[in-house]
Amino acid sequence: MDLRNPPSGELSRRDMLRRTAVLFGTIAASSTLAALAPSRAWALELQTLSQGDGDALLAFAQTLYPHATLPTAVYALVVKDLDGAAAKDPELATLLRGGTSQLDSAAGTTFATASPDVRLAAAQKIEATPYFAKVRSTCITSLYDNEMAYAHFGYEGASWPKGGYIRRGFNDLSWLPNPPASASPTVGLL
Amino acid sequence: MANIATSDGSAVVIIGSGAGGGTLANELCQKGIKVVLLEAGKRESSATFINDEWKSFGQLAWLDKRTTSGTWRVATDFPNLPAWVCKTVGGTTTHWAGASLRFQEHEFKARTTYGDVADANLLDWPIDLAELAPYYHRAEYKMGVTRTNDVPGLPGNNNFKVLYNGAQKLGYKKCSTGHMAINSRLRDNRSSCMQLGFCFQGCKSGAKWSTLYTEIPKAEATGHLDLRTQVHVLRVEHNAAGKATAVVYVDAAGAQHRQKARVVAIAGNSIETPRLLLNSASSLFPEGLANSSGQVGKNYMRHLTGSVYASFDEPVHMYRGTTMAGIVQDEARFDPSRGFAGGYEMETISLGLPFMAAFLNPGAWGADFTGMLDAYTNMAGMWIVGEDMPRETNRVTLNPDVKDQYGMPVPNVHYDDHPNDVAMRAHAFSQGRKLYESVGAKRVVETPPYPSTHNLGTCRMSADPKLGVVNPHGQTHDVPNLFISDGSQFTTSASENPTLTIVSLAIRQSDYIASAMSKQLV
Repeated sequence: MDLRNPPSGELSRRDMLRRTAVLFGTIAASSTLAALAPSRAWALELQTLSQGDGDALLAFAQTLYPHATLPTAVYALVVKDLDGAAAKDPELATLLRGGTSQLDSAAGTTFATASPDVRLAAAQKIEATPYFAKVRSTCITSLYDNEMAYAHFGYEGASWPKGGYIRRGFNDLSWLPNPPASASPTVGLL
Repeated sequence: MANIATSDGSAVVIIGSGAGGGTLANELCQKGIKVVLLEAGKRESSATFINDEWKSFGQLAWLDKRTTSGTWRVATDFPNLPAWVCKTVGGTTTHWAGASLRFQEHEFKARTTYGDVADANLLDWPIDLAELAPYYHRAEYKMGVTRTNDVPGLPGNNNFKVLYNGAQKLGYKKCSTGHMAINSRLRDNRSSCMQLGFCFQGCKSGAKWSTLYTEIPKAEATGHLDLRTQVHVLRVEHNAAGKATAVVYVDAAGAQHRQKARVVAIAGNSIETPRLLLNSASSLFPEGLANSSGQVGKNYMRHLTGSVYASFDEPVHMYRGTTMAGIVQDEARFDPSRGFAGGYEMETISLGLPFMAAFLNPGAWGADFTGMLDAYTNMAGMWIVGEDMPRETNRVTLNPDVKDQYGMPVPNVHYDDHPNDVAMRAHAFSQGRKLYESVGAKRVVETPPYPSTHNLGTCRMSADPKLGVVNPHGQTHDVPNLFISDGSQFTTSASENPTLTIVSLAIRQSDYIASAMSKQLV
């Protein structure tokens, strides 16, 4: 579910009813990603985890790595990656299912629908658990290593196909004086 | 390319094709000497390098299992990845940033200059700057180092502009785009730098020197090189007289081979090199090959490192252009009034978003952490490279409890920061913070060391055979036809990035080996 393999935005109502566990949402029209995505609507169908597990993971990822304007569609990548891994790894599936209970227990209510303050306190309570470690480390790769995140955070990704930055702003910073040529020579002939 | 039979014992067998091994191979081939070059990794090229941090890491990094111990934070953050080095033809010259600095005179005399530092195992090098200078010159010419041999400096990028302006505010005098083995103009049939910004991922333009597309093809063109890829060396064998005779390795299909050798040179980087010697223990060398001193694996150094990242109100886009775009050298001096021996370099660094998330503060989570990432486009960064203290207790050992895919004990890397390292890092973090705050940083993050890229000292050079593993030519004190050809030879780490010195030592060693062979001494 990245922009190279976009999620279906046209999941039929019948499909929605047949599948028991689906995460879905809409990328805000104001988001920088709205123009990039083939459809603003997104949906993630879970293979292994329950709706409750998926909802908990989504909320947990947003609690661990809060970015005010990062679309939920990016956080859903964490759920997608863990759900996909759990399909091939029964021990991980068990860990993730147990984690939902740990989160709910730490929150004293359903974690996914708890307030941000309650979620934060619950996350701190389970910080030493293997579930926490697994989800946290997955967040690092799932959240920040995809093209939606690149666009959101302003990282331009691969530069080779575009000829590098030699003519595309490698030295375009203008809010500080330019160093003298003795320290930083001008661009030579290529 | 040569095809040297495994039963042919007339060749020099070199293990590892990076800065040391790749250079030594070419230098020997140019002299007409037959070389078998054994490389554990695959052969990539500029065409197959990937502008994607994690994918490239999977392509190039040495990911065989290793273990760690000690108080260094790497053991906590990356317990099975003590070092960020490469398993590929060209070794870590595919990943290195290109900084090519000569050591300073006093750094060859660390024991004399710094005195008797408690709990350190300091020793003077058995060579000095004057001895190495001609070889530094040859290495700089070979590598096309900027600001040497009339090669112009590189143009600085945005990250450098921030560093430079901060350096001026702090009164630093030695700040420029430095000495880089990255072409600032067409040279040696390689293009000039396109400011790609993926120096760590293998240079797709070939502007950055790597043995992969310089030394190795030049050696192949002589007809004297037999390069074998995806072969992992298990042990070096010797005869009753204590001379190395053969190298035993496993190929990609899992078959074992025994390559006979006239001379063996090991250049597997500072973790695998001592591991191979320790794994080659025999009745004649019960503590490991060439280890009568007991120093094999000891004195592991990894440079005092750390990074300082700062965010500003205005954009920087630090990832655009050369990763190590410039340097401040003022703190590289010896000045014990700062509260520590040795010095450090401040060099720009940048990470893409995926690696920034992984390395900015490993293990961190929450709004404090994400707030810094929110400012990603407005960040500038520097890496601190400082001299760390050699200690006998910082060492590479065999971990008898963990075996690799070949059933061999994996290396354990133990490192405790010396109080001198701690004091120097604190000073460097403080100076880095001041530098960025002087030009308006809104927030500064002190980033702990990444897995080690500068791995040094585990077969150190010494005049006295009791105090080290190799002599001034990298020849082991115990086994006359066994050489160490990588950063393992370093007696001390100095404050400079090590590659230029590794290449210079390899050139010098090639002259020595050729001479010794012609005189039938080996």
